[in-house]
Amino acid sequence: MGGETLLEEVLKLVIKHKSRTKDVWRKVKGDIVLALCLTGIVLTLMSLAALLFDAFQEGLPWLDIQFLTSFASRRPEQAGILVALMGSIWVVGLTALISFPLGVGAALYLEEYAPQNRLTSFIRLNIANLAGVPSIVYGILGLGLFVEALALGRSILAGALTLSLLILPVIIIVSQEAIRSVPTADREGAYARGATRWQVTREIVVPQAFPGMLTGTILALSRAIGEAAPMIAIAALVYVPFTPTGPLDRFTVMPIQIFNWVNQPQSAFRGLAAAGILVLLAVLLGMNSIAIFIRNRYQKRGR
Amino acid sequence: MKKIKKLTSKKQTQRRREWIIEKLLFSAAVISVFTTLAILGVLLFEAVGFFEEVSIIDFFTGTKWTPLFRDQQFGVLPLVWGTLMVTAIALSVAVPIGLGSAIFLSEYAPEKLRKIVKPILEILAGIPTVVYGYFALTFVTPLLQVVFPEMIVFNALSAGLVMGVMIIPMVASLSEDAMMAVPQSFREGAYALGARKHEVALGIVVPSALSGIIASFILAISRAVGETMIVSIAAGSTPKLTLNPLESIQTMTGYITQISLGEAPFGSLEYKTIFSVGLTLFLMTLVINLIGQWVAKRYWKRY
Repeated sequence: MGGETLLEEVLKLVIKHKSRTKDVWRKVKGDIVLALCLTGIVLTLMSLAALLFDAFQEGLPWLDIQFLTSFASRRPEQAGILVALMGSIWVVGLTALISFPLGVGAALYLEEYAPQNRLTSFIRLNIANLAGVPSIVYGILGLGLFVEALALGRSILAGALTLSLLILPVIIIVSQEAIRSVPTADREGAYARGATRWQVTREIVVPQAFPGMLTGTILALSRAIGEAAPMIAIAALVYVPFTPTGPLDRFTVMPIQIFNWVNQPQSAFRGLAAAGILVLLAVLLGMNSIAIFIRNRYQKRGR
Repeated sequence: MKKIKKLTSKKQTQRRREWIIEKLLFSAAVISVFTTLAILGVLLFEAVGFFEEVSIIDFFTGTKWTPLFRDQQFGVLPLVWGTLMVTAIALSVAVPIGLGSAIFLSEYAPEKLRKIVKPILEILAGIPTVVYGYFALTFVTPLLQVVFPEMIVFNALSAGLVMGVMIIPMVASLSEDAMMAVPQSFREGAYALGARKHEVALGIVVPSALSGIIASFILAISRAVGETMIVSIAAGSTPKLTLNPLESIQTMTGYITQISLGEAPFGSLEYKTIFSVGLTLFLMTLVINLIGQWVAKRYWKRY
């Protein structure tokens, strides 16, 4: 009898102790989970800080007017980014002209016109898949299709067409979202008054969806201006001794020029690469600011 | 009578205009289908030419890739292996950190902090990959050489780590979206049973959002496999089957860039390797993306 009570006592003690340690353990576990998640965020932010610090520290000493207005050169102190900067502006400008109308047109078709059939759902699936194709594959497509088969050569136009195909899926997807945010009631009101489909699209849908489409397109273009891989496939790595004057000229773009400088063994060229990165980031910042400005103005109007 | 005729002719022109516009918008939408066909067409056309000269079995089973040597060997396995190795390193960085960041943002962070951190993640996602390549070569590699003094400048580890950093924002924001979509009532039910915060996060939210989280991992794999500039700059150009991440390797994308840089003459065997390797890359990412979409679809159906 007595032995049993002793056993009970011991068991009780063990259970009590266990539940207490379990409670402490639960709290510690919670702290560990929070600490790990926090570490994730902190590591991410630190990587960004290190990346920017690295570029500024190396690049700022090289960044001056001479750098912005000079051609590429074998002597680092004379080298500049002018040709690549102009090349990027040409390529992205042409890309905008090609991709914006096509992307918006495709989005309008899919949202306002397309019947619910197999072809439409195939087009949708296809766009989703294209968005996941690696950019270098687009470069290969441009090389085989535009540079060679259509005989455009390694020209600005070939580069712009390639980049247009690359960012079209993105433009279509964001434009579709912008179109979907237009209230159905607005459309129906116009239809009730006898408007045709195109009239509704042009007068009701496009004006309301336009800021969203524009914002999305600018963000897509800012991705295009940073693309190096497909541009290397199109333009290759050559010394271009002139700023472009037309869409059929040979060209180079900022990311290629940066890549070229990074690959040089002398450390001075690393500085040039960093300075080039700063210029590229400044351009990106400018484009993103414009996009955010448009978005904010549009939101203020009350939608 | 005249008036009626005028009216009907006006209606006819309007109807014709509507028809033309619909067809125009339709053709914009169909461009995406043509893009896919063109990618397949270009890759297959040149790859078939390649496989007329090199046996397709040797290509997919050969363990030596030496197209630039006198003794040409075309076994793609070393390039595929290099790609997989860098991808594995990148994922081992991006998956834990991205998931941790996502849990923190979705379950722990106050709204104010979220509003600061999310745009920073977007900045990280918008940085051009050539900048990450520069970061890998000039910052991370020297840092790693302090730990591994025998490590050479071009290595898989540095490229993989930085690629992981590049992919973090994608894993974090897609996983967070999936977690935010978990109904609040799930969490409240668990709290009512006395669960702690970390138990809700790991026991309820993560399992409920699991297919969305896994889809984000799969898309991350696809991004890593197709990523080009970081590996071109920092991973070297020696295709080999090695388990040592401190060695110089080459990925499929790195090889394509290497050949593109030199402007290989059109029609040469060297030129055609771009397309046969490109086809391999395209098919790999296509399969990965399709799996990702399938998983994501299952998740969207649930709530």
